[in-house]
Amino acid sequence: MELLTSQLLNGIAYGTLLFLLAAGLSLIFGLMNVVSLAHGSFFMLGAVIGFTIVKLTGSYWLALLLAPLPVVALGVAMELLFMRRLYARGHLDQVLLTFGFTFVFADLVKWIWGADIKSLQIPASLQGMVGLLGTVFPVYRLFLIGFGVVLAIAMWIFLERTRIGTMIRAGVDDSAMANGLGINVSLLFTSIFALGAGLAAVAGVAAGPMVGIYAGMDVDIMVPAFIVIVVGGMGSLRGAFVGSMLIGIVDTMGKSLFPDAALFLIYLLMVVVLLSRPQGLFGLQRAG
Amino acid sequence: MTVLELDNVNAFYGESHVLHGVSFAVARGEVVCLLGRNGAGKTTTLLTIMGYLRPGPGRISYGGRDLAGMPPYAVARLGFGFVPQERGIFPSLTVRENLTVAARRGAGGRWTLAEIHRLFPRLQEREANLGFQLSGGEQQMLSIARALMLNPTLLLLDEPSEGLAPMIVDEIIAILRHLRQEGLAILLVEQNMHTALDLADRHHVLSKGEICFVGSSAELEGNEDVKKLYLAV
Repeated sequence: MELLTSQLLNGIAYGTLLFLLAAGLSLIFGLMNVVSLAHGSFFMLGAVIGFTIVKLTGSYWLALLLAPLPVVALGVAMELLFMRRLYARGHLDQVLLTFGFTFVFADLVKWIWGADIKSLQIPASLQGMVGLLGTVFPVYRLFLIGFGVVLAIAMWIFLERTRIGTMIRAGVDDSAMANGLGINVSLLFTSIFALGAGLAAVAGVAAGPMVGIYAGMDVDIMVPAFIVIVVGGMGSLRGAFVGSMLIGIVDTMGKSLFPDAALFLIYLLMVVVLLSRPQGLFGLQRAG
Repeated sequence: MTVLELDNVNAFYGESHVLHGVSFAVARGEVVCLLGRNGAGKTTTLLTIMGYLRPGPGRISYGGRDLAGMPPYAVARLGFGFVPQERGIFPSLTVRENLTVAARRGAGGRWTLAEIHRLFPRLQEREANLGFQLSGGEQQMLSIARALMLNPTLLLLDEPSEGLAPMIVDEIIAILRHLRQEGLAILLVEQNMHTALDLADRHHVLSKGEICFVGSSAELEGNEDVKKLYLAV
C-alpha cells in the first residue's frame, strides 16, 4: 500500500512534467495543425541553460525564472524565420522542419555542454522527505506537483477568462473563420509557439533534479508527450492535463508493478483510446 | 457612396482560372446579389474579396483603398462583416464569447452586445450555450450578429437561407432589410432566387467565373432566358 501511494505520487509528479510539454504541443497543434517535434529540444535547452545558471549563480530559483527566457526568444525566432514560410505548404514540410531542428539542437547541446550526464542540485529548501498519506515522499517532487497545478490553473484562467484566451480558443476551433473576423491568427500562433517553448523550458529546469540532464532527454520526453495529446485530445488544455496524469501514473505504476509490460502499457492505453474515441478523451470532433 | 468596388478581378485555385474579369460595385444602403449555379464562382468571389484567395490581375478597393495582398484579418478590420456559407460558429465557445471575440476593443460604434440582443433576443436567451448546441437558424443569426460586432460598413453573406425553414428565412430577410435601411452595404450570395428577389436592388448572375447578366429584380424576373440558362429555377 505504501509502495502504491508513493508510486502514485511519483506518477503524478512525472505527469506534471508531461503536462508542461503537452499543454503547449496541444495548443500549437490545435491552432495551426502543426506537430512541433522541436518541443523536446526546448525542454532539453531549458534544462542545460538552467544547469549553467545554477553553476554561475548557485540559485535554482534564478534558473527556473531565467532559463525559459532565451528559449522563448528562440521559439519566436524559429516561428517567424522558419515555420511561417511553410504555412502554405503541407503539414509534412513543417513536421520535417521541426524534426531537422531537433538534430541541430541536440548537436548544439552536445557541443556546448558535452555529452555527459549532469544533475541539477535541489535547492536546500526543497531537500529531504516529508510524511504524506502513510508514506514518505521527496519534498522536491511535492513542490513539482504543486508548481504544475499552479501553472495549470494560471493557464486555465488565461484561456477561459481573458480576451486573448478566447481568441486562441476561437482560433483552435476554426482558424480561418477567426482570421476573417479580424483576429491576427498568425500573431497568436507566434505567441503560443513561444509560450509553449517557455513552458517546455520550465519543465526542463523542473525535471533536472528528478530525471537528470543528458543527451537524448528531448526524445525521451517527446514520445510520452505525444501519447498524452493523442489520449487527451488535440487542442484541449483539459485533455492535456488529464492525459498527462493518466500517462504519468500508468507509466510509473507499470514500471514498478509490471516491469516486463511497462514499455508497452502506455501504448496499449493509447490504442484503446484511439479505437474507442479517436478524437481523444477531450478532443472536439473536427469536421473535415 | 461606393463602399466596395471590384474592377476586372481574376482569381485562381492553383493553376485553374476560376474568376474571369469580375467587376461590380456595392454602395451604402444597397443590397447587391450574386446569383448562379453551383460552382459558378459566387463563393470564390467572396473569398477573394476577404483575402482568403490571392487575387490575380484586377483591383479590389474599399472606399478607394486597394485591398491587394491584405490578409483576411486586416480586411475584416476595415469594416467587412463576413458570414460564410457554413456559418463558421466556434463550437466550443459560448454564444456570448462567439460575439465578444469579434468585437474590436475600444472601437465604439453602433453595435454593442446590448444592441445585438435587442435585434436577436434569441441569442440573449442562448447566451450561455455553446456554439455546437445551436439550431441551424440560431447559428445563422449568431453568424450575422457576430459579423455586426465588427461594426462593419459592408456585410458579406454567403447563402444565408440555405437549409433553413421558410419562417426563419423570412425573419432573417426582415433583419437584413432593417440593416440596409440603417445604411449598411450588403453583398449577398444566393442560390435561392426568391430570397434574392425579395432583398436585392441589383443582381449579378455568374456563370463559369464570369458575370453574364446584370439587372434589377424586375429585369431578372422578366428575363426567362437568363433564368433558364444560368439559374436553377
